[in-house]
Amino acid sequence: MNVFQFILQNRGEVLELTLEHVWLVGFSTLLAMVVGIPLGIAIAHRPRLNKPVLASANIIQTIPSLALFGFLLPVPWLGERADRLAILALTLYALLPMIRNTYTGIRGVDAAVVEAGRGMGLTDRQLLFQVELPLALSVILSGVRVAVVISVGLATIAAAIGAGGLGGFIFRGLSMVDNRVILAGAIPAAILALLADVSVGWLERRLRPR
Amino acid sequence: MKMHFEIKGVFETRVCLAHMPLTVAEGPVIEFRNVSYRVADTEVLCGLNLEVQRGETLVLLGRSGSGKTTTLKLVNRLVLPTAGEVRVNGVANSDGDLIRLRRSIGYVIQDVGLFPHFTVERNIGLVPRIEGWPEERIRRRVEELLQMVGLGAELAARYPHQLSGGQRQRVGVARALAADPAILLMDEPFGALDPLTRAELQREFLSLQQRLHKTLVFVTHDLREALLLGSRIALMEAGRLVTVLAPDEFLRSTDPWASAYVRAFAGGLSPAADRGAS
Repeated sequence: MNVFQFILQNRGEVLELTLEHVWLVGFSTLLAMVVGIPLGIAIAHRPRLNKPVLASANIIQTIPSLALFGFLLPVPWLGERADRLAILALTLYALLPMIRNTYTGIRGVDAAVVEAGRGMGLTDRQLLFQVELPLALSVILSGVRVAVVISVGLATIAAAIGAGGLGGFIFRGLSMVDNRVILAGAIPAAILALLADVSVGWLERRLRPR
Repeated sequence: MKMHFEIKGVFETRVCLAHMPLTVAEGPVIEFRNVSYRVADTEVLCGLNLEVQRGETLVLLGRSGSGKTTTLKLVNRLVLPTAGEVRVNGVANSDGDLIRLRRSIGYVIQDVGLFPHFTVERNIGLVPRIEGWPEERIRRRVEELLQMVGLGAELAARYPHQLSGGQRQRVGVARALAADPAILLMDEPFGALDPLTRAELQREFLSLQQRLHKTLVFVTHDLREALLLGSRIALMEAGRLVTVLAPDEFLRSTDPWASAYVRAFAGGLSPAADRGAS
């Protein structure tokens, strides 16, 4: 029996774990966007905040993922459910690309364009939503793209704390020393990462300002 | 909540009173009163006193770093003075609504600053649109403005990157004129253009200004441009106002800075071969 026969035979479980995986990655990416993009905007407008915020996000990034899962385990509300914990950890990892790209994108908007907008009497809000964000959008989206691809890989480790996802196959395969089982987790994960990369990339090109 | 309304009421009364005197129309439209601006230890602008009258074109002439752009940006508060005050229509421009102030003043800069993700139509119609004009009126206004700055109506749907430098600057002028501001601030608007296009735009702009009679403050380092467009020329050097002169006075002036400028431009057109001989 080769890998593909194995996957086909266990298609119910593969599908279930894939959906769990998508849920972990999707929800954490959404959270990271909700937190990271406003933070990126804030530090682009207040240069004094930029070093501490980016440094914190960088430090989070350097914590090994298994260790981070371990650190978060004793936290009261979080530790109760493994998927909660996994989503928080994945969110923390996704923050850095989100914050950094939003910051870079907004700082990269042509100063003359911003000055013209300000001089014409756009409010800060109008300047942000009509000028800065649209012009920074493709850079922000490429941050989302990086974050999603990293998350798909990291989420496999979430299975170590029982959060589900395609990591289930990988860990099982490792303990059984069975490559087919490992690949039954790894191949769908790779396909997910590719799909996410291609679709966000497509969006990025569609929305790129001329 | 009640408190809030009371405070608002008091504020509005104060603003109304400030606008009351009808003699405002007679006074200067823009007035600099002892204005200084410093960044850290650098005095960018020092004790500037200057008035701009209704309908005139005041040219701020000077070298880079002389403070002319800062002076311009003080009017629409892109720069805030560290001392003194700037009055627009008789009211200190630090009073009242900053956004209203800016929307009542057209602003054109050398880099144009067209919004690259907006079509020409949306660029020109931006201020009318955020002011809530009906779409039909915006469309007619854009059409009118395109014609006014000498551009075909077919350009309305283009994006800035599809235009030449001269066309872009024309769109920049049209955009500044969109909500029909009484005051126009222009910061070397023709500086980045090739000489032929520049001369063409200068001529057309002059005839446009003769029709529109905007109160215009125009920054340049080019004496020819200053003489062509200005009703008065304010010469600046190292953050100070040297002198304010009409163009013909400027050419005859004995002021060392003014005559230095005239000399520098007078000999500008002799070919290299003649230089050794003279």
